[in-house]
Amino acid sequence: MSRHTLSVLVEDKPGVLARIAGLFSRRGFNIESLAVGPTEHPDVSRMTIAVNVEDSPLEQVTKQLNKLVEVIKIVELDPTASVHRELVLVKVAATAETRGQILDVVQLFRANVVDVSTDAVTVQVIGNSAKIADVLKILEPFGIRELVQSGMVAIGRGSRSISERSLRPVAVPAPPAAG
Amino acid sequence: MSEQITGAQSLVTALEAAGVTDIFGIPGGAILPAYDPLMDSKIRHILVRHEQGAGHAAQGFAVATGRVGVCMATSGPGATNLVTPIADAHMDSVPMVAVTGQVGAAAIGTDAFQEADIRGITMPITKHNFLVTDPDEIPRRIAEAFHIASTGRPGPVLVDIAKSALQSMTTFEWPTELHLPGYRPVTRPHSKQIREAARLMLESRRPVLYVGGGTIRARASKELKELAELTGMPVVTTLMARGAFPDSHPQHLGMPGMHGTVAAVAALQKSDLIISLGARFDDRVTGNLDSFAPGAKVIHADIDPAEIGKNRHVDVPIVGDVREVLADLLVALRTEADAGHTGDYEGWVKFLEGVRDTYPLGYDRPADGLAPQYVIERLGQIAGPDAIYTSGVGQHQMWAAHFVGYEKPQTWINSGGLGTMGFAVPAAMGAQVGMPDKVVWAIDGDGCFQMTNQELATCAINNIPIKVAIINNESLGMVRQWQTLFYNQRYSNTDLHSKRIPDFVKLADAYGCVGLSCDSPDDVDATINKAMEINDVPVVVDFRVHRDAMVWPMVAAGTSNDDIKYARDLAPQFDEDDL
Repeated sequence: MSRHTLSVLVEDKPGVLARIAGLFSRRGFNIESLAVGPTEHPDVSRMTIAVNVEDSPLEQVTKQLNKLVEVIKIVELDPTASVHRELVLVKVAATAETRGQILDVVQLFRANVVDVSTDAVTVQVIGNSAKIADVLKILEPFGIRELVQSGMVAIGRGSRSISERSLRPVAVPAPPAAG
Repeated sequence: MSEQITGAQSLVTALEAAGVTDIFGIPGGAILPAYDPLMDSKIRHILVRHEQGAGHAAQGFAVATGRVGVCMATSGPGATNLVTPIADAHMDSVPMVAVTGQVGAAAIGTDAFQEADIRGITMPITKHNFLVTDPDEIPRRIAEAFHIASTGRPGPVLVDIAKSALQSMTTFEWPTELHLPGYRPVTRPHSKQIREAARLMLESRRPVLYVGGGTIRARASKELKELAELTGMPVVTTLMARGAFPDSHPQHLGMPGMHGTVAAVAALQKSDLIISLGARFDDRVTGNLDSFAPGAKVIHADIDPAEIGKNRHVDVPIVGDVREVLADLLVALRTEADAGHTGDYEGWVKFLEGVRDTYPLGYDRPADGLAPQYVIERLGQIAGPDAIYTSGVGQHQMWAAHFVGYEKPQTWINSGGLGTMGFAVPAAMGAQVGMPDKVVWAIDGDGCFQMTNQELATCAINNIPIKVAIINNESLGMVRQWQTLFYNQRYSNTDLHSKRIPDFVKLADAYGCVGLSCDSPDDVDATINKAMEINDVPVVVDFRVHRDAMVWPMVAAGTSNDDIKYARDLAPQFDEDDL
């Protein structure tokens, strides 16, 4: 088993997320992380899907995904040639004594404090999953009151774009002759 | 400015523009607006008695004609009754468009009367589906639906249209181009793969052409025959491909699989090269996958890349339309032949001919009573290879696959993948509507027949003179066979008592059909001939057959094809020294 990151360009139409989620569940794949959002094309959304699977079933699920009419393109991102980011907002218990230590951790990891109250600070961390795991491990002893994490988004390194392919239309075929 | 019309008028105009001539359906609340303009359309609408019948009829129409079959139903239960035929069409790659009414757009999601999320329900069993709430979108969605259903690997497409969209005013504009950026089926095979395939074909000593239903859908029978005759390779045709290659052809070994001929099963099992043409290595063909054709390399040609390598490792994958693949292979192999390179399959062909001669298809005739296989064999001989045969699912289906004798594609229509009992009668109805000049026989079981025989009313009223041969063994025969073989002859819930109830002859009469019955081999020909002479109304023949007949050969579920039984407790012996 290994972790794979798929970037899936889809038409921005209602129901497309249900189709994709349904396909994964029907074929027995557990989605580890899923993020959906707009792209540089107004009609195209991009999903970043992380799955933990063997190589050969991944090929089958990729082919099945490709059969969905609203799926335009699927690219598996090579972890060494792409940038992966997740965002986590974590509400950490803070007292007068611990607040300074928490802020040190925030600074050390180049995270941000996005909200402060008398007995808590809310920290925003952006990074790959390893960095987020590290921050959380260090914040954990202070007392994590609440945590919310985004799905992962990822993009290939370099100048090329996966959505470069033209989105050209096809001609309507003439109806077959009756009879 | 274009003329203002209702969404319903736009729908009917769009269906006409898509080339639709016949629709099978039933009106109801949400689809009602569409039925008003349909009354003035040149499209023939056939009012069925159950939506499942509409769906299977659309399938029968599609397979017989090669055109897209169309069914129509209302929201909620009307739409959910289409689920079985849609799933069936999806499994067997049948081009079909289902149009369903949906509750008004404002009511969607409120659990309104007769509301069902049919788009959500059918997502995993359609090639694609749409929910239309904007009347302006209707022509475009219909155009897309027909394009998607009929191109690439064919399949069912559902268009669910809100009643409010059918009632609102709009203008009609048939699109000249479609925006389907994610839908670009590959039909042209890659030349490098063709060269590699040709090389393997010449190198191999024990090749077999494993022909699947894709060959029928691609209308590639002519090219298949040319390739088979050019190479001399043995041919097997799957349940979905019966008729793709003439049964009378000396290179044809028949159907492989769980109930395949010994020769066809052996041809795959002992092969060193399987050339798969629009087939999908279904479990009913391969048996236990780990022991399937252990010595074979595989060339897998299919229009659907997801089928290639799904079940069996592939040496040469070819994505493309089977007809184009065969055409390109023919060019490549003829060029090789001109250069003096041809394959040497002589020993292999001899071996398989020996297997075929030793283990021909056959059956026992009971001392008293009627052998079901005999009925089907005579039916095939009397009605001939120009007739269209449909079947339900079970023993009669396997016998119909074996004993009719198919010579032409699109003459055998059955439910292969989903295995839907009750398929035969409505599919025959659809085939007869699509091919009014052909004789159409539904070969059905007494169990299957009782699932959908209400469509006899549709046939009788609409002058659709199908013929139905009920192979009545008064039981769910295939299940009973498994109970005989694997459940110590404990016949739990398989006895239908259908020689007593219902009386099929009276039932046929009640439906305005001619009902005949036959329980003796001496009367079989006369009964079939009598049925053949009646062309103005549907005919139902109750063939009251021996109930203990079993389908042989058989590979028990989950076991290896090596363990095929020619008959009960009789395993074939292969003289492998001949290989």
